[in-house]
Amino acid sequence: MTFKDLHIISMKSFSRDMIDHVLNTAEMLEPIARDKTKSDILKGKVLGVMFFEPSTRTRMSFETAMMRLGGDVLSLGSVDASSIAKGETLADTIRVVDGYANAIVLRHNKEGAAQLASEFSSVPILNAGDGAGHHPTQTFLDLYTIRRESHLDGLKIALAGDLKYGRTVHSLCYALSLYGAEITLISPKELRLPAEIIEDLKSRNIKVTETESIEDAIEDIDVLYATRVQKERFPDPAEYRKVANSLLITPELLEKAKPELKVMHPLPRTNEIDPRVDNTKHACYFKQSFYGVPVRMALLALVMGALE
Amino acid sequence: MSIEDQQIREIRVHPIENGTVIDHINAGQALNVLKILNIPTSSSRVVSVLINAPSIHGRKDVVKIEGRELNVEEVDKIALIAPNATINIIRNFEVSEKDIVHIHSQIEGVVRCINPNCISNSNEPVTSKFAVSSNGRRSILRCSYCERIISDDIGEHLL
Repeated sequence: MTFKDLHIISMKSFSRDMIDHVLNTAEMLEPIARDKTKSDILKGKVLGVMFFEPSTRTRMSFETAMMRLGGDVLSLGSVDASSIAKGETLADTIRVVDGYANAIVLRHNKEGAAQLASEFSSVPILNAGDGAGHHPTQTFLDLYTIRRESHLDGLKIALAGDLKYGRTVHSLCYALSLYGAEITLISPKELRLPAEIIEDLKSRNIKVTETESIEDAIEDIDVLYATRVQKERFPDPAEYRKVANSLLITPELLEKAKPELKVMHPLPRTNEIDPRVDNTKHACYFKQSFYGVPVRMALLALVMGALE
Repeated sequence: MSIEDQQIREIRVHPIENGTVIDHINAGQALNVLKILNIPTSSSRVVSVLINAPSIHGRKDVVKIEGRELNVEEVDKIALIAPNATINIIRNFEVSEKDIVHIHSQIEGVVRCINPNCISNSNEPVTSKFAVSSNGRRSILRCSYCERIISDDIGEHLL
């Protein structure tokens, strides 16, 4: 198994062994992410950072991951101030930037952009989100969080919120199927997980249950993964409020949960989690966003060939 | 042979001297076959089209083109919308060559992705690419960029 020069486009190109290798590498690098020890294994290497869409966590955690390993970061900056504003294609921009960098992190508003970039780039492309498509490093950090804070084997997980449009949920479902997780899907009927994904999970012998209420599932699960429900998906504001209330995670709701239950959320959150949950032992979402750092360190070190 | 089959043979399907008979086209797809072959623009010869003809597997379409033998590229495109079609090359009223269509595992520059937000539908220097599979009666195309699937209406999205 070699990761050197590998493009990270979609979770579907990763086997369970490959995922485990990334997670093991992340665990080894975690003390460096916490600034407990120092490393310069990426010294002299440059990461090109190209974000065509806004981001806080993904962008900053990639940048800090690179810097914690002794590497440098070269940013495209604002799209409006670049040649893209003059109409340069993504293909041309990639062929220019790959001459300046040892790997490129790309977020783009169009589906398939990372795949296209990989066809033109001489250095590894790391997909940091392509429209409604894939966001594999988010899935890696979700899996890492589950492994560190709960357990991946024999996992019972509930995914709540917008399961129809949420790209993180689709990739995560696929990855969880490799670990034989038991999955409960909690969403209003308008935002259910697409039928083909449910069929795909069932064909992999994954136990999938669907419900509209978190209460139905809360007692039996190890992880509750909430996602953002966007107001604009609902033409009727009253309907949105009803759905948002039915998916709200409160300390009172969590009283019925196992003591070791972890609540995750890819953030940013809107109204899905009551802020009072932040102070309970169940809250895991800020740790989750930190775990993006060791996971991205692992991926950067592996694709740039600093680690095997 | 049933009376209906006999009628088709005798009345509707007049033998051609030279050309191509495309048989076992999925019912309802004949007009898309004509679109692929750019008919009538590309040919002034007689073209006969049979839609919803009875066959042992239900209904089928048949297209007969006089004075023209199809090339491999054209046949490959037809395979996408009619994976069970047979191509009969007719010379001097005889079937000179008979072949089933072949479905390639990957196609390029043949179909446009249905996802308006797919990178292949922007001004990038790439042609559309699809992985092709089949469920027997229908081809299933998965965009190599955005992974969107086209199945029922491939004929509507031919480039």
